[in-house]
Amino acid sequence: MTDQTSAAPARLPLSQRIDLPVVTAFGCIVVLLLVGSLYSPNFLSPEYLLLQLKVGAFLGIIATGMMLVVLVGQIDLSVPWTVAVGAMMASAATSYGPMGEIFSIPFGVLCGVMIGLVNGFAVAYLRIPSMIITLAVNSVAQGLMVAYTGGFSPQDSASPAMKFLAAQSSFGVPNAVIVWFVVGALAVFLLTRTTYGRSVYGIGNKEAAAYLSGIPTQRVVMIAFALCGGLAAFGGVLLAGYSGKAAQSMGDAYLLPAIAAVVLGGTSILGGRGSYLGTVAGAILITILQSILSVMQIAEFGRQIIYGAIIVAMLLLYGRDKGMR
Amino acid sequence: MDSSDVLFRMEGISKRYGGVRALEKAELTIRAGRVHALLGENGAGKSTLIKIMSGVVAPDEGRMVLDGREVTFANPAAATDAGIVCIFQELSLIPDLSVADNIIVANPPTRFGMIDRKAQRRLAEEALARAGAEDIHPSALVKDLPLSRRQMVEIAKALARKPRLLILDEATSALTASDVEKVFRVLKRLREEGIALLYISHRMHEIAELADDCTVFRNGRNVASYEAGTKTDEQVVELMIGREYRNVFPPKPPLQPPTVQPVLEAHNLSWPPRLNGVSLTVRPGEIVGLGGLDGQGQRELLLALFGVLRGVGGEVLVDGKSTSINSPRAAKAEGIGMALIPEDRKTEGLMLPMPVRDNLSFAAMTRFARGGVIDGTAERRAIDEMVKLLAIKTDGIAVPVGSLSGGNQQKVVIAKWLMRKPRIILLNDPTRGIDVGTKQEIYALLRRLADEGAAILLYSTDYDELIGCCDRVLVMYDGAVRAELSGDGLNERALIANALNLGEGARLGASA
Amino acid sequence: MKEFRFWFSEQRGTLLALGIFLAMFAVYLTNHPAIVNNGYTVQGVGNVVQTAANKGVLLALVAMAQTFVVLTAGIDLSVGAIFILANCLASYIVVGSPLTVTAGVIGVLLTGALCGAVNAAIVIFGRLQPIVATIASGAVFFGIALWLRPFPGSSPEFASGLASALTGKLFGLIPTSLVFLAAVVLLVWIPFRRSVLGRAVYAAGSSEVAAYMSGMPVRRAKFAAYVLSGVFAATAGLFLTFFTYSGEASAANGNTYTLYSIAAVVLGGVSLFGGRGSAIGAIFGALAFRAIGDLLFVFEVDPLWQPLFQGIVLLIAVSIGSARLFRVRNRLELFG
Repeated sequence: MTDQTSAAPARLPLSQRIDLPVVTAFGCIVVLLLVGSLYSPNFLSPEYLLLQLKVGAFLGIIATGMMLVVLVGQIDLSVPWTVAVGAMMASAATSYGPMGEIFSIPFGVLCGVMIGLVNGFAVAYLRIPSMIITLAVNSVAQGLMVAYTGGFSPQDSASPAMKFLAAQSSFGVPNAVIVWFVVGALAVFLLTRTTYGRSVYGIGNKEAAAYLSGIPTQRVVMIAFALCGGLAAFGGVLLAGYSGKAAQSMGDAYLLPAIAAVVLGGTSILGGRGSYLGTVAGAILITILQSILSVMQIAEFGRQIIYGAIIVAMLLLYGRDKGMR
Repeated sequence: MDSSDVLFRMEGISKRYGGVRALEKAELTIRAGRVHALLGENGAGKSTLIKIMSGVVAPDEGRMVLDGREVTFANPAAATDAGIVCIFQELSLIPDLSVADNIIVANPPTRFGMIDRKAQRRLAEEALARAGAEDIHPSALVKDLPLSRRQMVEIAKALARKPRLLILDEATSALTASDVEKVFRVLKRLREEGIALLYISHRMHEIAELADDCTVFRNGRNVASYEAGTKTDEQVVELMIGREYRNVFPPKPPLQPPTVQPVLEAHNLSWPPRLNGVSLTVRPGEIVGLGGLDGQGQRELLLALFGVLRGVGGEVLVDGKSTSINSPRAAKAEGIGMALIPEDRKTEGLMLPMPVRDNLSFAAMTRFARGGVIDGTAERRAIDEMVKLLAIKTDGIAVPVGSLSGGNQQKVVIAKWLMRKPRIILLNDPTRGIDVGTKQEIYALLRRLADEGAAILLYSTDYDELIGCCDRVLVMYDGAVRAELSGDGLNERALIANALNLGEGARLGASA
Repeated sequence: MKEFRFWFSEQRGTLLALGIFLAMFAVYLTNHPAIVNNGYTVQGVGNVVQTAANKGVLLALVAMAQTFVVLTAGIDLSVGAIFILANCLASYIVVGSPLTVTAGVIGVLLTGALCGAVNAAIVIFGRLQPIVATIASGAVFFGIALWLRPFPGSSPEFASGLASALTGKLFGLIPTSLVFLAAVVLLVWIPFRRSVLGRAVYAAGSSEVAAYMSGMPVRRAKFAAYVLSGVFAATAGLFLTFFTYSGEASAANGNTYTLYSIAAVVLGGVSLFGGRGSAIGAIFGALAFRAIGDLLFVFEVDPLWQPLFQGIVLLIAVSIGSARLFRVRNRLELFG
């Protein structure tokens, strides 16, 4: 190697800076829209695109939290019922009285943060594998909610604030999209400009090295889970606002798509690598895919098969490990 | 060279990894019944050559000739079937399986399609005996064995495959002295049986005792092949580094008088069974070395001081005040200011896929951050300074640190800690596997840091380094300090004698 | 004597699971209303054990399927989907004369093997991480199940004779399903574990690099693990059809069995990091996990509380399993 000190530029040449998965994900979105437009020109209309962004915002917010946990090399399988808890607790607070209504959204999010803290504590301090503890916590959360509602559908309805954030628009842009944008901006800032974000990537890469460098690795991991729980619950709050009330098992449909969105966006499931832009692309991609499949009136079974096949195909493109030789 | 049969020859072998040329038309000739030593700095291509010989990777060009016939190996199993067996440093043992399972891992005896455990156990016991390791129980799980025992299992495993060419890649680095003796006896016996041995090591005295032929590699090429004993050590080192070599250590200042307040003190540190009452002092401006055989507690001592071990008895004092350090985070805190350059830079010191910049600032992030937000310009400035100070050779600071050479990677690890301006610097064998040029730079750096007031505790497995670098050396044996050597008393004979805990040695090592 | 100590420490997880299960089952048996009211008759105990066994064997088989993959340090999130797919397929083809029934059974098992092979191909040759690969393949398998049975249904010529035989009792006391399970363990699991391929599975999970360097057939081992997983999941689906006499593409059921199989595997002492544990432990883990629901019934707790209890038991079991944390003296060992 030549004797260069950092007179050389701090940034890589463009060819190395392009993030293949992000580009591929956005490329696929474009391809999907074009394919859809062959079926109906409505697919390229601004109304449709905005609607997709709006629907995708819920998944996007939940996937943001999942991305944090995946980046530190863990997984959170308690998202389904954390989403439900957020929705149900926020709705419950709403019907508690005027004070309850004001604090309904923070209360719902707080419940999610508490769940996340339990997960985070178990993973970071007790060293329990995240897959199994979040599974157990999911079951416990489900148990608590089932017991709370007596097995019936939740009756409480969402607060006007929740409905405003989730279902309405300001200046022509759906509020949900604005909320997602704000959440996303905060996430990007957190990941790229703070010591916390650097620690997250470091821990995901090599926790031992991060530990030996004096990083408070346990605290960082626990906070990641707390944020994931909070964001999942926030997603649930918004979903309740969108449909007017919470519903049993409302979060089940978001777990696998959230993981898929994170992974399709180029974040490595092993941790330490990935950009938020990719997760945004992944969430939009999955939303559009599900939408196209349903609009084309492909039967449910066909949708499942295509959904799975596309995920495998895309991951084969850029999600592979290096071989042994 | 005499006329014993040529067993194996490699001709014109080349291998590239991305843009790096690991081997460039390399050649090697190995004869049966002789021990062939392979020398060269890290990055000279020795490891890649071995991997090609043992079927782990495929060469880009060139050919291998065994018994006069050209051969190619699709995988390690093929190489083993052909009689070429490689003893790695522990890489090929499966932790959750038993010793017997690991030894007879290929082609175990079977009955009705199932593994015949009794027959397998007998074969394993035979192999263990042949390797001189009868004390290892065949049913023990490999992961429960200490490192030196695991290495013996690895050797037994290689012997069980009836090799014709046995490759030892730094195979003795983890062994105790008595194990090394046993292994050498086994190797000499194998040589008499007509087996060819390829021995890679950095330990010149081992090569002197064992080797018949030697080959030196540099920059992926075979630069010299000669009969053992026909070149001096200096000539060999010159061949290895390609330029005139003088053992350069920066001059040492006079010893600190004992009245200067020590920065770091340890009283009776214990962590059974590895640490049994270690006491030491390090004064500002001193480089104190830890010597002794491998595995006498030196590594554990450094980890204990840095807060990584739990349940450590005894007392640690910093600046005369008793402190309790229970994590690296506490150790590096302002009031204490400790730093540890860890044993394995690839798994403990660096995040290889992350950029040089992120790695460099990783331990000192809080210095450029306010309220958790990083100040990019301040960080950049500090990084540039560090890169210049340590002369780190890199293609810019945004490249992944894994793309740097071993020596430069180690510099990044050191620079990472220097960013915090530590007062106490612990180093765990920092120059192991580093090229000679970078080593000298590190020696000079350590002396400069000491001159600026740092207290340095250096563990090294290299006698020259201990003698040349350190003001005082504490020789450890069985988890405690047995002798303190300095001045004229700090010489190789005293080091070895005390390392082996011989009575005479204790008298030999009296400080000046 | 030393020999026994080694064996004991290796089987610790399995033995623990066995202990937990026996304790729970003893409590269940002694408090069951049929026993409490009528005393210990062969008939009474036989019935109680039979119902419990039939339900438990389903989860046990799926747990065994999961074990194969977890041993290679992977995870199979499609076992539930293969389970459902086999159920739907069996409701169509395990019909008619003994000859066609046999062909049907073989067909179902082959389908499971094929699903497993698809998983194996994606993970081994596609080099995708198992967790992600099996999420996607699970969606595809479920889609096929949904195509087969968009609505729950059954075949009029279903092999009811075979079904009642396998879900009945032998000698009036021993549930046939348990005998079947024992036969599977003896004829499939134990020979596999002792075979070269079986050892390669453990090795691949313990340290894939070391296994490769040692010349073990890592690829073949992983392939076998996924295929066996598919076959066992399909066997469970077949059994489900024998109980319900119909096929239903229930996503909830499939999901539940996938997640419960992971719980059973952990309770059974199989390490999620690979290389340690036994399918026998997973069986006891499955039976113990199922017993929670039965215990709630026996103590007349509202079934609404079942998910909560299952979650809490899992929480406790897993926390106990991580007690090793307190024995670790070098914190560096905590990081993988």
